[in-house]
Amino acid sequence: MRTIGSQHLSVLGLTFRRLANTPLASFLNILVIGVALSLPVAAYVLVKNVQSLAVEFAGEPQISVFLEMNTSKDDIARISKKLKDHGAIDSIEFVPRDLALKQLEQSTGLADVAGGLTQNPLPDAFIIHPLEMDSSKLELLRDDLKSWSKFEHVQLDSVWAKKLEAILKFVRQAVWILAMLLSFALIAITFNTIRLQILTKRDEIEVSKLIGASNAFICRPFLYFGLLQGLLGGVAAWLIVGGGLLALNQNLLVLSQIYATNLILHHLSLRDSLVLVGFSAYLGWFGAWLSASQHIWKVEPQ
Amino acid sequence: MIIFDQVSKRYPGGYEALKNLSFEINAGEMVYLTGHSGAGKSTLLKLVAAIERPNSGSVLVNGHNIKSMKTAAVPFLRQNIGIVFQDHKLLYDRSVFDNVLLPLQIGGFDSRESAKRVRAALDKVGLLNREKSHPIALSGGEQQRLCIARAIVNRPSILLADEPTGNLDIEYAHDIMEIFKSFHQVGATLLLATHDEAILRDFPARTLALNHGELQR
Repeated sequence: MRTIGSQHLSVLGLTFRRLANTPLASFLNILVIGVALSLPVAAYVLVKNVQSLAVEFAGEPQISVFLEMNTSKDDIARISKKLKDHGAIDSIEFVPRDLALKQLEQSTGLADVAGGLTQNPLPDAFIIHPLEMDSSKLELLRDDLKSWSKFEHVQLDSVWAKKLEAILKFVRQAVWILAMLLSFALIAITFNTIRLQILTKRDEIEVSKLIGASNAFICRPFLYFGLLQGLLGGVAAWLIVGGGLLALNQNLLVLSQIYATNLILHHLSLRDSLVLVGFSAYLGWFGAWLSASQHIWKVEPQ
Repeated sequence: MIIFDQVSKRYPGGYEALKNLSFEINAGEMVYLTGHSGAGKSTLLKLVAAIERPNSGSVLVNGHNIKSMKTAAVPFLRQNIGIVFQDHKLLYDRSVFDNVLLPLQIGGFDSRESAKRVRAALDKVGLLNREKSHPIALSGGEQQRLCIARAIVNRPSILLADEPTGNLDIEYAHDIMEIFKSFHQVGATLLLATHDEAILRDFPARTLALNHGELQR
């Protein structure tokens, strides 16, 4: 006879009707929440995109080793074996000096200059792919290689990636602070909406209490309202950011054609989208709970 | 079952509404509460429904001690008490049907069972053909009957009524008393505050007479 499930369902229906009864006010509330949330979400999306672009361009970090000019074939074979046996190294590539010169001529269009050279100024080189990409481990490996004999110059090719990573870390932190501040805004918006609702429904609350409604029963529709408003606000933020990306991608298309690359900004992943909507719904519920627990307890029938 | 034992109620400001009141009402009994206005009738009803708490003495309702019961337990006490308010306390933003439905929603009844009960209660007070109306469209007497339907729809064991025939002409008042009587006949405990001499004469029952917060013997 008593079915809690159907009770919750009917409250949810009631909540939808309340939202629909005041379409303009509901729409504006949801829009405000959406706009507030879309700021940190957009920043987050941009950071993510820049990060993935950086990885794409930088590739994996590698270490270039340039040998001394007078290194013999035997030395090279010995070094090659020693590198292959090294525990921190995944694989190596040997770039003979003749090949390096040819590549230089082809790739930079300096054939004339290179052709004028009486001898090859480039050294033999190894390109080393380390096992671990952690920057401190990479530096350790670089320092180790520097001490080897016949090594003229050892270069770790990840400095600029590290700089970018540091900048992104800073920006990401700023995004989180922004997100936190605007979360408070979301809670405040819901708190106020629910406070107004409770004021206008004072009679109903009073009568309900007189005929035996518990505080939990009276709170329930308000909590659902906050939850639903937060959820729709999250969806609105997602749509706003999506619309922005759509517009930006159209401009990027032109840029892509000029640079002959495939530049495109991606929206939140499915998981991140669910987290956004879920978190927004939770904040709405929390704001409603704060408000209801503040105000409903105070309504005592006379 | 309602037991008052040396109950006093003072309001902030020092006004003493009830003084050292003791009486018992058995389960299934019908009792009138009479007295001039300001004699403490409403205060007494509020104590029974735990809307107010006594300052001293003990009030026992269905075995609950009103003075010491936890706030969280009050709703469950009230779910077993039907109240007919002097000012009706109807909700004007919903239909007659939904007004009567509210106690059943609070009690957690399923919707089909609820609809049946609501129609039975509306039928009993003669408002079945008005279920889609809004309370604002009802006359004073009809609003009173709607309030009664809401009070009895979940079949409480105790029914409290504060001047239920207050501003009604004698014919309406008789109709309403007939409804109360039939509810009493199925075993409910009734406590009716009234100063309507005609009702007391035509529907005789045990009477508690209050005078300045004290029981007259």
